[in-house]
Amino acid sequence: MAASLFCFCRSCNYSDISAHAGILIPAAGHRRITCASGYAMNDLKQTPLIGEHQHLKARLAPFGGWLMPIQYESILAEHRWCRKSAALFDTCHMGEFAFKGDLGESGLGRLLSFRTDTIASGRCRYGFLLNCQGGILDDLTVYRTAPDGVMLVVNAATAEKDFSVLRAGLPDGALFEDLTPETAKLDLQGPLSREVLAGLCGSGVEEIPFFGFRRLELLGAEAVVSRTGYTGELGYEIYLPADRVAELWRTLLRDERVRPAGLGARDLLRLEMGYSLYGNDLDEATTPLEAGLERFVDFTREFVGREALLWQREGGLRRLKAAFRVASRRAPRHGYQIFSHGNEVGRVTSGAFSPVLESGIGLGYVTPEHAVPGTSLEIRHEGVSMEATVVELPFYREGSLRN
Amino acid sequence: MDVYFTREHEWIRIEGGVGTVGISAYAVEQLGDITFVELPKPGKEVARSEVLCVVESVKAASDVYAPLSGWVKDVNSALESAPEILNQSPEEEGWMVRLEISGPDEARDLLTRPEYDEYVRGLE
Repeated sequence: MAASLFCFCRSCNYSDISAHAGILIPAAGHRRITCASGYAMNDLKQTPLIGEHQHLKARLAPFGGWLMPIQYESILAEHRWCRKSAALFDTCHMGEFAFKGDLGESGLGRLLSFRTDTIASGRCRYGFLLNCQGGILDDLTVYRTAPDGVMLVVNAATAEKDFSVLRAGLPDGALFEDLTPETAKLDLQGPLSREVLAGLCGSGVEEIPFFGFRRLELLGAEAVVSRTGYTGELGYEIYLPADRVAELWRTLLRDERVRPAGLGARDLLRLEMGYSLYGNDLDEATTPLEAGLERFVDFTREFVGREALLWQREGGLRRLKAAFRVASRRAPRHGYQIFSHGNEVGRVTSGAFSPVLESGIGLGYVTPEHAVPGTSLEIRHEGVSMEATVVELPFYREGSLRN
Repeated sequence: MDVYFTREHEWIRIEGGVGTVGISAYAVEQLGDITFVELPKPGKEVARSEVLCVVESVKAASDVYAPLSGWVKDVNSALESAPEILNQSPEEEGWMVRLEISGPDEARDLLTRPEYDEYVRGLE
């Protein structure tokens, strides 16, 4: 048997790491294993919860420059638990920045695809950091923390670059700070997450609206709790001081409704919702228009990348993101070719077996005429062929997201 | 009734010229949740080390090689709709293919269970 592993690090473009790892998934202590992008295991950053993951015998692998838990018990079991109860994810690897200053067009607002000055206090907004060509440098969420301040939450692999791009574009005198090292983050996701959290920090959590947040006291620590997530279920993202996170992690896991879940389950959960993963489905060569995410771009004011996007919209798109369902249990994977009537029309950017649909599902970029729901596609890879049909997102519609 | 293993983590149980083939508990443990199994058509002739089956888990796609040369006599088609059987019982219920063995001498190169267990310990 020879396995092709699909690397979770997102920096080596899902390359086959079997040459490095045999059929082994890198585990804690496998220092000789590197992924194809050359991350040696001991160069990786570790979250404050690394000891907890090792104690739980998690399988660890590189992701965005961090050594992260991919699975604890089983990816499918963790996926199922999130859909029916509450799953706890270590997301300490993500980046958090604080900004204080001009949120408008002459300040932070000019650097993002959306307005930050119109985010109501206690609310969050999702959108993009773009380059001048309209390519996506990162997707991020902005929290309105003060009349003149926000917190920005960014992807791990891009955090350093995001910080320097934003720093360089901000006017002198603006307060801009990287809070990542001292900020820990946990995601509690699932239909029971609200009652679990309410048991720890009182009823304040029940009043948090979708894409809203509150400052709450959790085990004596001040935390920011937002009703956001990446799973399609009712859920919360919790930000708290790094030195308090292990205690909260252990406390939450003592609740029998809560189980830990790794990045493997997280990837399935987000894909069933059709959420994009930066590095796979979004990158610097892809615009929000191509990704079908124009609703997160506000064209009514100036911002970096605006001209390029208007020009692209005017000229017509050459490719468009499509979601498709495979006719079997076979999983399409990043990089597989997409054909229609014998012609290559695009590439798969994300794919997996969906436990909910019991079939392969995927996202990819195709010529716009092939992105129309109902279109038949053929996915090919090394002699393997899969029949697929373009569908509307999300794949999964029964989630508790808006409960 | 003897069980042998390959360094590529297949097992084969040989009884009277017929070999029952699957993948080891260790391999299944490494692959995680199995989500898809592709089995050969009965009657197919395979040479040793040729691709016999395909197994996909959430995180990996794997080729399963023929531990010995032979003809495919029978397949465990229950795996097609319930691949999780492989996770539950890799070396019993999760058998994949029965081969009519055409190259019994090739069995000399296979590992016995103690040899395979030793080999796996070296991979840890």
